[in-house]
Amino acid sequence: MLEQQLINALTLGSVYALFALGFTLVFGVLEVINLSHGAVFMVGAYAAITAVTRFHAPLGVAILAALVVSGLLGLTIDALILRRLRARKAPHLIPMIATLGVTTMVTSAAQGLFGVEVQRFPEAMLPTGEFVFGEVHLRTLELGIVAVAFLLMALLFGVMRYTRQGRALRAIAESPKAAALLGINVEGLFMLTSFTAAALGGVAGVLIGLNFNAVTPMMGAPILHKGIAVVILGGMGDIRGALFGGLFLGCAEVLSKAYLSSQMGDAVAFGLLFLILLVRPAGLFGRVLERKA
Amino acid sequence: MSLLSIRGIGKHFGGLQVLEDVNIEVPGGAIFALIGPNGAGKTTVFNLVTGLIKPSSGSIAFEGRDLAGVPPHQITRLGIARTFQNIRIFPDMTLLENVMVGRHHLLNYGGLALLFATPAFREAERRSRERALELLSWVKLDHKADATADNLSYGEQRKLEFARALATEPKLLLLDEPVAGMNPSEKAVLMEEIRNIRDRGYGVFLIEHDMRFVMNLCDRVAVLNFGRIIAEGPPDEIRTHPDVIEAYLGRGDEAEVS
Amino acid sequence: MAAFADFWATYSTLVYSVGIHALLALSLWLTLSCGLLSLANAAFMGIGAYTAALLTLNLHWPFPAALLGGAVAPAVVALIIGAPTLRLSGVYLAMATLAFGEVTRILILNLQITGGPEGLNGIPLLTTGWHIVVILAVAGYGLARIRRSRLGRAFEAIREDEVAARLMGINVESHKLAAFTLGAVLAGVAGALNAHFTFFISPREYGFENAVDILTMTILGGTTSLIGPVLGATILTLLPELMRFLHAYRLAVNGLILVVVVLFLPTGLWDARRFRQLLKNRRARKGGQP
Repeated sequence: MLEQQLINALTLGSVYALFALGFTLVFGVLEVINLSHGAVFMVGAYAAITAVTRFHAPLGVAILAALVVSGLLGLTIDALILRRLRARKAPHLIPMIATLGVTTMVTSAAQGLFGVEVQRFPEAMLPTGEFVFGEVHLRTLELGIVAVAFLLMALLFGVMRYTRQGRALRAIAESPKAAALLGINVEGLFMLTSFTAAALGGVAGVLIGLNFNAVTPMMGAPILHKGIAVVILGGMGDIRGALFGGLFLGCAEVLSKAYLSSQMGDAVAFGLLFLILLVRPAGLFGRVLERKA
Repeated sequence: MSLLSIRGIGKHFGGLQVLEDVNIEVPGGAIFALIGPNGAGKTTVFNLVTGLIKPSSGSIAFEGRDLAGVPPHQITRLGIARTFQNIRIFPDMTLLENVMVGRHHLLNYGGLALLFATPAFREAERRSRERALELLSWVKLDHKADATADNLSYGEQRKLEFARALATEPKLLLLDEPVAGMNPSEKAVLMEEIRNIRDRGYGVFLIEHDMRFVMNLCDRVAVLNFGRIIAEGPPDEIRTHPDVIEAYLGRGDEAEVS
Repeated sequence: MAAFADFWATYSTLVYSVGIHALLALSLWLTLSCGLLSLANAAFMGIGAYTAALLTLNLHWPFPAALLGGAVAPAVVALIIGAPTLRLSGVYLAMATLAFGEVTRILILNLQITGGPEGLNGIPLLTTGWHIVVILAVAGYGLARIRRSRLGRAFEAIREDEVAARLMGINVESHKLAAFTLGAVLAGVAGALNAHFTFFISPREYGFENAVDILTMTILGGTTSLIGPVLGATILTLLPELMRFLHAYRLAVNGLILVVVVLFLPTGLWDARRFRQLLKNRRARKGGQP
């Protein structure tokens, strides 16, 4: 049933977009491929589940907790690692490896703290409402997930477009040197970016955790791969591209799982990705960069 | 016949016309300078000659051979070498290695000779090293042959770039603002080096906006302004050419006509 | 002698692993030496492993021929995907090779001949310690020779400044393809050797995490010489064994080491140049004394 699949695709796609948005924001502004974004995502999910099970917080508060905890983690990673590498003007490879180290550390620490078993939100906490249109079932949970994801994304777009900080960020993405000359506090905005990106990633973690009602220390790896796929589809550093890319990948995944084998779907997605990279390195929606001599 | 013929070259980037109908004939065995204010399009001429970018119109020929469609590394092998305005040495390699990279296409041993270090391989490498050392001694850097290049001073890096370009055994050497950022005594030394290079039979084609330096050094000068050649001839003629004076004086900041 | 036999019985697998990881780290070292940030080497290892294992399992080829097959198959794949991929530079290349790695892994996971998610079982145990030692030595020797030739200098020049290298008469495209393909050959041989001493292989061993492990070993050890990658491979193979007492947290130490090295030892643990500098300073100080 296509309509039902499209609803699933929209749910998944909106979360992918939210995750990829943070990833692409960091790439666009800091020029860092942040491989710790998946780990931050996982930490967000654990923050929410801990808030719910330990402190009996309502779901809204749990999401807020995830936002703050993962945002602070992002800020810490920036302050302890990325800032030093920026100061040293380290080549691209280096921050990528460092954030990979962070992923290993955080994932391993989560395994130690929470165990490798799947943790679940108590069923009683999850909204159980459902709208039925003919044969299509629309769960309130899915509706909520899509709403939260789009709300946050709209907020980010609004900030980027209409605030001074947003304009400054776009200026930095164009040229950090020029931005610094214009008197923009580049370092401060780098840290703000790290916080924001991680916070979005953390919320995406809660939403995925809620959608499948499963949280594990290993949940960061697959989403990281998908985030990379989305960002390549949409163009590295392009935030609108991340939105379209996320929805596209959500559709591709859900539909290929429904109509092809579950694994070949991934192969098709990554094969497509590989092709896109060769033909349009700047992404499907991005402008193709003319590489200078 | 001239060594390098640039005929009717035009180049635009998007809507921006950088060069328009540029004609230059660079002779062999002489020092030829292309001068002009900053932003006149001089480096673009070098990028076209070395094949890094393609012209929008016109043709370039080297020793009578059309260079259209020839990739940059092949152009180097035909006998054109260049240096860069903002020095591009290999910083983590030693001076000797830097220069030996220039001899890449002159070493033609195969993979097996390489793996088994055959006598032919060792002989080729030894000769290449000797030539590299000789070139380093031309620019008086042979005593630092085993130091890494990032340890060099600015002037020394320029000289290393020279030696590296000469290592490709060019017939024509393109020098992009060779004295940029140098003090007068360094400039004088370099001027001497360039004369030496010409006297060894190389053609030299250089870009410069320091007029004084050019006038004392060159055999022939062409002046580029806003993408067009406005004058061409021996230095004495150029010095007094009204359009040239206008182009330079009009800019105010670069009135270096002596 | 008996003590050695005991030791070998307990730790031979570990020693084998060190050798194979060293080979993998060297394969990536070669690719990196040409400035190519590739995450494809785990996939090449997988292609080599599956090819060789299928040759001995199904076609009963002798081991040396199977090893050769394990070297040739990834080389062919590298040549095919290399030409278009290597036009990309820096992070785009990393992403493209990552995508290629995932496609490879998922294909292995879904094909009939590779045994799907269960992998291949009962691969004959043909790899001996000698095989690993000899192949590692040959690889090390070959790479050392390449470093001291026009080929190695061209790789390094391309890494440091592609445009300048091009204008030194170097055909940048063909050299990149050579570095990429030779790296694939070494990774494939490592995979083939590995398959024939672990008895069992599965797609899980050739994913993104493994690509990153190889990268980690190489960077940890340092890329300024051939000793670095071997050292990095040794440390990262032995470390989890030494850290067993940390239980669940032992991988955290790996991550921490990675971060610390990147932050404080940007050229890796083994930096020939740093050592030379130290030696020179010490000599200078000694020379200065009456």
